Amino acid sequence: MIEVEDVHYVYPSNVEALKGVSLTIKDGEFIAIMGQNGAGKTTLVKHFNGLLKPTQGTVRINGVDTRKASIAELARNVGFVFQNPDHQLFSETVEEEISFALKNFGFEPEVIEKRLDWALNLLGLTQYRKTSPFLLSGGERKRVALASVLAWDPQVLVLDEPTIGQDHQQKENLRQFIIQMESQGKTVVIVTHDVEFVAECNPRVILMREGKIVADGEGREILTNPEVLAQSSIVLPQVAQIFSQLTILGLPKDVIDIYEAKEILLKALKERRK
Amino acid sequence: MSIFDGLKFRKVHSPIHNLDPRMKFIYVIALFVSAILFGQIIPLLALFVLQLPFVLLARVQRQWLRSLRGAAFLAVFIFVINVVTRFFYSGYVLTGADWEYSTAMSLRFMVLVESFSVFFLTTSPDHLGLALEQTRVPYEFSFAFTTAVRFVPVLAEEAQTIMDAQKARGLEMEKGNFMKRIRNYIPVLIPLIVSAIRRSLELAEAMESRAWGATKKRTNLYALKLHRGDFALLALTVGILAVSIYVYLFIPVPTLVQLL
Repeated sequence: MIEVEDVHYVYPSNVEALKGVSLTIKDGEFIAIMGQNGAGKTTLVKHFNGLLKPTQGTVRINGVDTRKASIAELARNVGFVFQNPDHQLFSETVEEEISFALKNFGFEPEVIEKRLDWALNLLGLTQYRKTSPFLLSGGERKRVALASVLAWDPQVLVLDEPTIGQDHQQKENLRQFIIQMESQGKTVVIVTHDVEFVAECNPRVILMREGKIVADGEGREILTNPEVLAQSSIVLPQVAQIFSQLTILGLPKDVIDIYEAKEILLKALKERRK
Repeated sequence: MSIFDGLKFRKVHSPIHNLDPRMKFIYVIALFVSAILFGQIIPLLALFVLQLPFVLLARVQRQWLRSLRGAAFLAVFIFVINVVTRFFYSGYVLTGADWEYSTAMSLRFMVLVESFSVFFLTTSPDHLGLALEQTRVPYEFSFAFTTAVRFVPVLAEEAQTIMDAQKARGLEMEKGNFMKRIRNYIPVLIPLIVSAIRRSLELAEAMESRAWGATKKRTNLYALKLHRGDFALLALTVGILAVSIYVYLFIPVPTLVQLL
């Protein structure tokens, strides 16, 4: 469980990035943190594994105050995948890259071997085991970065902008992967601008603006509220845009899922024909 | 990284910031030469104090202090090395003069750091590039130089992100003995170097697509011109240099030990 209590954070350059944020994330929740650039999204999630410590207020991970634990201790429970994989890849082979964290956390060699196989397999990287990560494509490098964090099986997984630069198929794979994590009871937190991706996943959405949380609730509720979204310069997902224009037909407004939309439209059409 | 903070330019308006970078550079070189001429505390102290008005006029005290603090470690190192070598050199005895000489050497280093710090704190990379161009340095070189200066903060920020990414994977930079700690930097340095090379290739492509080097002779929107203040600085520079050389040649500078 992640408990954030009235957290303020001021960067050394005197920029106040968080201005009183409170939030509770329960185990097994799937959360998307959205908001415009500079809203404080990344600053907030960097508090979850202690990379940043609150200037004021407290952050507790499973009851432990992040100020009283080292980053390495917190990272054991909270895996953080950075936006740009090139900020972390350094090993000669994919295999070494993935076992880097496992060695840091002091796993036994046999356990490392097992976890390595598991992570490679999970992200379809087994054939690249002995390849240099620098020779892989952008999408593959992103998967190596993800595998290198998943390998130690953290309870919470934080993904910073996971959909940037990914093609449609890779996004779909990511979505399937997140669903899989959810079904295993893992907490997944994504930081993203990608409304369509969020609409497809339908997680709990936390909307931030200028260092504060301005909305917190179900995806279908927040992503269909044009007033709230406009404040954070986010546009409605395409499905919601269509339905917001169709209210004259007596159709509901809060639809973000394509399949649900199809059902509603089919039903409406059938009724008309009668 | 505090020593680098003390070299980072911030845009402020002050009489010192408005001075011509060429004159400021000549001034720094003159101070440099004077500091090298003397090995005694008194003249070095004078050179050190001489620059305080510049620092205050430019309102960069805070950053300047930070650069001195960053350099303090090296100054202590220089002091220790001098004391140790003098100790062995003079047959295992240390006199007051030895202590004084070692202090003077550290002070000389501080004078050098101080003057360079003031120069870089008050001179924008743009002006520096212009100055190089106007002194007929080939544009390729002046461009490379200004780009390098400009990318220092970018690289520093990137290094921070990389460090965060590796710490998030359980890397503990401060753990282990000396050798282990040095090895801890490998996961930070490799991504940093790789991304710097990648960035430079991207920059080269972006520049070429904007016709970099299409004409041999470039024109500039701004040109540096010398103003009254610049000539005043030049006069001061010549004065400092003349006095230093005169004192060096004709006046035996007393050491503190002799005075007391």
